[in-house]
Amino acid sequence: MRFANLVAGVAISVAVVGAAQARDQISIVGSSTVYPFATIVAEKFGQSSGFKTPVIESTGSGGGMKLFCAGVGLEHPDVTNASRAMKSKEAKLCESNGVEFQEFIVGNDGLAFANSNKADMFQISIAHIAAALAAELPGGGISNISNVSANKLKTWDQVDAFVAMRGGDKVGLPKQPISIMVPPPTSGTRDATGSLFMKAGFKKLGISGKGYKKLREDGLAIEMGENDSLIVEKLAADPSMFGIFGYSFFDQNRDKVQASMVDGVELNFDNIASYAYPGARPLFFYVKKQHVGVVPGLKEFVSEFISEKAMSMDGYLFPAGLVPLSDSDFAAQKTALGNL
Amino acid sequence: MTDYTSLNSTERMEFIRRSLNRRHASEKRLRFYGVAAICFALGFLVVLLTTVVTNGYTALQQTEVAVELAIPVEELLDENGDIDMKKSADFNWNGLVKKAFRGYFPEVKGMMDKRMLGDLISANAGFELREELEKIGRIDTPDRLYWIKASDDVDMLMKGRMDRTIPENQRRLNDRQIAWVDDLVANENLRLVFNRAFFTKADSREPESAGILGAVVGSALALIVTVVLALPLAVMAAIYLEYFAKPGRLTDFIEVNVNNLAAVPSIVFGLLGLAVFLGFFGMPRSAPLVGGMVLALMTLPTIIIATRASIRAVPPSIRDAALGVGASPMQAAIDHVLPLAAPGILTGTIIGLAQALGETAPLIMIGMVAFIVDVPTSVTSPATALPVQIFIWSDSAERAFYERSSLAIVCLLMFLIIMNLAAVILRRKLQKKW
Repeated sequence: MRFANLVAGVAISVAVVGAAQARDQISIVGSSTVYPFATIVAEKFGQSSGFKTPVIESTGSGGGMKLFCAGVGLEHPDVTNASRAMKSKEAKLCESNGVEFQEFIVGNDGLAFANSNKADMFQISIAHIAAALAAELPGGGISNISNVSANKLKTWDQVDAFVAMRGGDKVGLPKQPISIMVPPPTSGTRDATGSLFMKAGFKKLGISGKGYKKLREDGLAIEMGENDSLIVEKLAADPSMFGIFGYSFFDQNRDKVQASMVDGVELNFDNIASYAYPGARPLFFYVKKQHVGVVPGLKEFVSEFISEKAMSMDGYLFPAGLVPLSDSDFAAQKTALGNL
Repeated sequence: MTDYTSLNSTERMEFIRRSLNRRHASEKRLRFYGVAAICFALGFLVVLLTTVVTNGYTALQQTEVAVELAIPVEELLDENGDIDMKKSADFNWNGLVKKAFRGYFPEVKGMMDKRMLGDLISANAGFELREELEKIGRIDTPDRLYWIKASDDVDMLMKGRMDRTIPENQRRLNDRQIAWVDDLVANENLRLVFNRAFFTKADSREPESAGILGAVVGSALALIVTVVLALPLAVMAAIYLEYFAKPGRLTDFIEVNVNNLAAVPSIVFGLLGLAVFLGFFGMPRSAPLVGGMVLALMTLPTIIIATRASIRAVPPSIRDAALGVGASPMQAAIDHVLPLAAPGILTGTIIGLAQALGETAPLIMIGMVAFIVDVPTSVTSPATALPVQIFIWSDSAERAFYERSSLAIVCLLMFLIIMNLAAVILRRKLQKKW
């Protein structure tokens, strides 16, 4: 009989706890690229503000949007981080669930196209990256016909020849097999790869249509999880591989990997800030307006994030690899703070 | 093949000897394959363990810097001489520590240089000093030597995990910073001590103040929920299936399903938890309560199977005798069979729990894979689990998290060994021979 009583007791307490839940902690989801910065701000916020430290999950930009737009109420997250802007589809989902949100830009980042620094550094163009990653190319990438077929480019010198055939510059790439690690589809970095490298690269190659949206699936583009450390480890172990990830990971691992020069521009702090680097992109977070004033400290947390001491050149996010916004952009975020 | 019956006796002997040699040889081969397989498996295990231990043991130590602090007590104390929390919250602790540290190198001027120097000590140094003093509540000796944590980069350099010989721009510390560190070492202002924070703190963004306590407590809370839910349910289900269920299609169906559930990938239970516990019942995200419930579902089949096996191992005569002297079937099962089956049930439970302790996948779905700085205090406060903490650290860019995740793996392995050992010892101690 004791067992039965115990089980009944547990079942009741579980039901009670489930019904009477309140949250006094900010809940944040979203991009794994923004995660390192958001966690730093969260920890500082917890130490100095007297509010509890926010809980942050790294779900990828897409996964974060889905959770964020699912509805209003304490069971849904208050903030989502994103390494790309919200898509119109996601905005519609938010709207249909009655979620009102405010967008903030936290800073800039650049997509590193990197390999092990034991190998030679590549100097390539976005047209090369796009041709190496695309699922389909005109003539399969090897003949000069306009009919689109599966990408047959296997080595970098073939990519070089194809780009030259399409009227681009030959940059002299070695006869080395293509092997590129790309982020998963839920990742904002993947979306940014699509828009900054693939779409722009296809334009340079003079290929029209939506072909840039599909990455090759023949094993030469390897889809990784939301784990950038793993990509860096693999690059260090195999000098013939390339990987695509955010600037902060590159910055922390300069002793292992080097970033390729893309379109003649080096991946560094200044070139990201000036957007001279083709892979430069802004990073975002979105705040649920209805939760301001309901979840304690939400507004204060956003103010901590959008502040000189966090985001500027002298701020504490700078050493972690966040490239600060221009003065006018920063002022715009400050103004947006008033909308909460 | 020669027909055996057509051979004479010498030929027969010859035939048998040859076939015997062949059979002996094949037996030797089999044994060799077996030994080779074990060596192979052991080899992998040794490689795994040595990698983890060699990567992780340095995390047991932490680099500290001595600073001569002059704490301005008048800015911090109330009239009773205790620390005023409000004043303390407004006080610039980090500034105090950084200023004291810069005292070693008075020649350093200019914003950038001062920044470079400031990067050598932990960004949390001021906060940790404040925490420590607030805990004591008083400042007895305002002017004294304090040991504060060095930054993770200095820590890596001291432990030989940063290569001084590679070009300056590939290093986290430049030549000047390394020269400063060498200077501190030469004057014995830098020391390596036992890394207490690793065992007494929860997660942090600064590797030097990150620890596993939060994750260990989270794991423990989740496992308590798992035991409380899974053990009674599983034991009752097993007793019912073994003694009370009428044999038939339905019982067979349930049996097949229980056995199948034991083989379902754990992520599926996570999805179930997300849909049912979070979606339908609206339970809190990231809570050990939900984690425990999901893990309970996962371990339930394991415990049911173990319990049924150990109930079956109890001789039927025990139950028959109980029934014979007039015990009801329930009394026979609970009072007579169950105590004798207990060692087997416990072993099954512990092995099921050890499995649950190492699970990450189902916890991802219910939000237990998160950055959480506070040590959880109840089953509903946000928490992570030990394997999740390893996962999060191994995904962090800072090199110092790499050794910490290795040490956390060692800790997790130790917990698993202890649990499995307990299972073996319990079985040995409590088992009855019939």
